[in-house]
Amino acid sequence: MKKIRLGDIAYARSGDKGDGSNVGVFVTRREHYDLLRERLTPEVVRRHFHAICKGKVVRHELDNLLALNFLLGDSLGGGGSESLKTDAQGKTHGLALLLLELEV
Amino acid sequence: MRAPVLVGYGQGFWGDSILGPIRLVREGPLHYLVLDYLAEVTMSILQKQKGRDPRTGYATDFVAMLDRLLPELVAKKIKVVANAGGVNPVACMQAVLELARKKGIRGLKVGIVEGDDVLARVPELVAAGEELRNMDTGAPIATVQDRLLSANVYLGALPIAECLAQGADIVIGGRLTDPALVAGPLLHEFGWSPTDHTRLAHATVAGHIAECGAQCTGGNFTGWREVRDFVRIGYPVIEAHPDGTFFVTKHAGTGGLIDTRTVTSQLLYEMGDPRRYLGPDCVADFTSIRLEQAGPDRVRVSGIAGAAPTGTYKVSASYANGFKAVGELTISGPEALAKARLCAEIVFGRLALDGAVYAEHEKLVELVGSGVCHAGIVPEADPPEIVLRLGVKGPDRRKVDRFGMELVPLVTSGPPGVTGFAGGRPKATEIVSYWPALLGKDKVRTAVRVEAVQ
Repeated sequence: MKKIRLGDIAYARSGDKGDGSNVGVFVTRREHYDLLRERLTPEVVRRHFHAICKGKVVRHELDNLLALNFLLGDSLGGGGSESLKTDAQGKTHGLALLLLELEV
Repeated sequence: MRAPVLVGYGQGFWGDSILGPIRLVREGPLHYLVLDYLAEVTMSILQKQKGRDPRTGYATDFVAMLDRLLPELVAKKIKVVANAGGVNPVACMQAVLELARKKGIRGLKVGIVEGDDVLARVPELVAAGEELRNMDTGAPIATVQDRLLSANVYLGALPIAECLAQGADIVIGGRLTDPALVAGPLLHEFGWSPTDHTRLAHATVAGHIAECGAQCTGGNFTGWREVRDFVRIGYPVIEAHPDGTFFVTKHAGTGGLIDTRTVTSQLLYEMGDPRRYLGPDCVADFTSIRLEQAGPDRVRVSGIAGAAPTGTYKVSASYANGFKAVGELTISGPEALAKARLCAEIVFGRLALDGAVYAEHEKLVELVGSGVCHAGIVPEADPPEIVLRLGVKGPDRRKVDRFGMELVPLVTSGPPGVTGFAGGRPKATEIVSYWPALLGKDKVRTAVRVEAVQ
């Protein structure tokens, strides 16, 4: 078993969606997309963000862009102007996801 | 009909660099310059300004930008579309007409789109049985009606196209959606039918890609090491064709990067359900988008499936929801982490001595530098220095202000190495909360008006 960091094969962008955030992650090779689709489950993402995301995680698939879109519920400390957090808009959640390690 | 049509997106939000529009106009060909100035919270700020002075309530940056660019825009026949009107498009139009008069630009036509601002109509709508339920919580708007600060429906491409058809050189709207700033000009230029949902879906996706300015041309790209010349990053130019397909480009010689990865990144930005991207003009299916690299810094976008829009407009309302204050101190090492943690304990301990106790969800302690953005993912670091960021929130303004008085004393009455307190005492500011809702399109009347500079 060898470990790869998601950031070695994928790109990501994140932003706010109400009091949660969305994290879009994509790759450029079909075999990597198949790997992501199989291994990057909502449960894996929820565990990765356990200290940030207090709500549920929903996943959408975009086969055409080799992309997955994750919605992280209640991940902004209130969201919008209610949040006191430095990253009140989830701008850094994309990079946070890219730190995830997968065993391949 | 001219084709292709070139639409440059010069401003991704209020506060974006003025170099965006300046360089779009000066460094290459352009037919339309479009600019977004509004966010959810912006509307409430503008309503407050308008409450104090009825001549305000719009994005003054827009007029400052025109002050620098108007003669060039006129000479190059570049039309301008912006949601700079905020909650007072009429006042924004007056300011632009006045500016043009001063510069001796006669005959310039300035148009406005009205009808998005429904704040004053909320009582009447509620009385008529419209509940304007919060789309996230399900609560009716009546629960916050006495604290409402703003309420606007998101308008789309149709009224923009109508304004352009009446000859406007500059179109000013209030809460126009960000993508509509691109879709409106294309609908007008190509004479598409408003029920041509496939083409409107293409135009909407073009607007979505461009709506954050340089965020599709290399900005905020996680492959950032490949991006060249951030200093002169090019803002996006959509090269649109009559069949709906378009190319994402930027002016030749500018910095940044456009490839299928930078465009994909932006397609995913603030994405919900990709199959149903809802807008006032159509529903776009992002899982049908086809991207192709068509040359250096040039991506072709096609294949987008569109469907008829829903029968409702999205309402973006905001309401006053208590107060908050946040302050920062820098704690130098050695042992920055332990000292920063102690400082946080001291502040909240002393506040408690004076009867100011805050619930857990009303408090924030961040040890910036130790790994707060990626909490629970990266191990907590003990760096040579830490920015201690403390905050509180709650309904009681005095209690929030009381917090702000207990930060600076730490410099002399806490552990050594506390510094960097430059901003004065953090003061309570109002929390503006967002209230998303839906309103039947039959309840909203839009109107356009065009005036020429005399």
